[in-house]
Amino acid sequence: MKLRNPDRVVDVDGPCSVADMLRRLEVVPEAVLVIRGGTLLTRDEVLADADEIEVRPVLSGGER
Amino acid sequence: MKCKVCREHAAVDVRRHNAAFCGPHFVDHVHGQVARTIKEFRMFTTDDRLLVAISGGKDSLALWDILVSLGYDVTGFYLDLGIGGYSARSRTAAEAFAARIEGKLIVRSLDEEHGYTVPELARLTGRVPCSGCGLNKRYEFNRAALEEGFSVLVTGHNLDDEVATLFGNVLHWNTDMLGRQSPVLEERVVESRTALVRKVKPLVRVAERETAAYAVLRGIDYVVEECPMVEGNTQHRYKEAMALLEEASPGTKQQFLFGFFKKAAGNFAAEDADAPVVACSRCGAPTVRWGPEAAVCSFCRTKDLAERRRDAPVRPRRSRRAP
Repeated sequence: MKLRNPDRVVDVDGPCSVADMLRRLEVVPEAVLVIRGGTLLTRDEVLADADEIEVRPVLSGGER
Repeated sequence: MKCKVCREHAAVDVRRHNAAFCGPHFVDHVHGQVARTIKEFRMFTTDDRLLVAISGGKDSLALWDILVSLGYDVTGFYLDLGIGGYSARSRTAAEAFAARIEGKLIVRSLDEEHGYTVPELARLTGRVPCSGCGLNKRYEFNRAALEEGFSVLVTGHNLDDEVATLFGNVLHWNTDMLGRQSPVLEERVVESRTALVRKVKPLVRVAERETAAYAVLRGIDYVVEECPMVEGNTQHRYKEAMALLEEASPGTKQQFLFGFFKKAAGNFAAEDADAPVVACSRCGAPTVRWGPEAAVCSFCRTKDLAERRRDAPVRPRRSRRAP
């Protein structure tokens, strides 16, 4: 599994749902997109052990 | 999850609307939310020439795509802030998107316009980078809109941006800023000429997660990395706090912001609402005259400070040791 900002790779055992995976990583689902092979996943999707997943943060900072 | 519209496999869930959508229907949903916002706040019409501030990030590129899809006359404006490789990659993303949609993109650079970059400005003035960056962006966006003859300046501020700003202003009871927070900032005429172009925020009803999802679904290649200068930024911490509340109680962010617009915003007035607004004696931008001396706007004062410190001779530090 690839996490962005900062970029890093972690292993999470599957199968599990997107919601479970985010809970294990202590990531707030409202703050990220979860992407598998260029496809967006909703929080009920089941992830297989071998899946490569990107967890992409969406909250930006700074004065805009 | 199934799409609320067609019952096909869903790609995005929008919990505050108790809904999920497949890709095409999510795109339709976002278009509908933005169209509703433009109409509700009477932001602009298809007769207006719109200048959209483009950063190369998800919000501004998604906004450009949405406005073109809705049939508006849109030109992009990219300001190169000189933040190393981050600015270079952002500019590439902006130019690539403009080429893809065959849109017009105006590009200017802080260094070429004023002789400094955002990191240099922060070092010279001692201000946090985001503060000087925001001041310069607001100034340059407005200047470009005036010089190029645009009637409306459009920015990609989304629901989370506006909620975080509101949260911060309430935490500190910054009543002056509460008096200014609105999806529409009207044109300001000073000494018989337009000094501030009308400024609007059509994404205020779209959450940041949704603009990101929109960009992914539309194949928009935006800069995912965060600006290297925002680490520890307060606005970001407010967003994280609000995300926790939203997770526990979907709809909190939208209720907070739109409740403020509907029930509270009218109770606050900007502190300078009754103060005499005059043209800056240096550049003509609007500024408040607080005393008898010539009024100089905050942008010119900041630029002056940076130039003075850059030109000042370096003094050797006096040794504390006895000779």
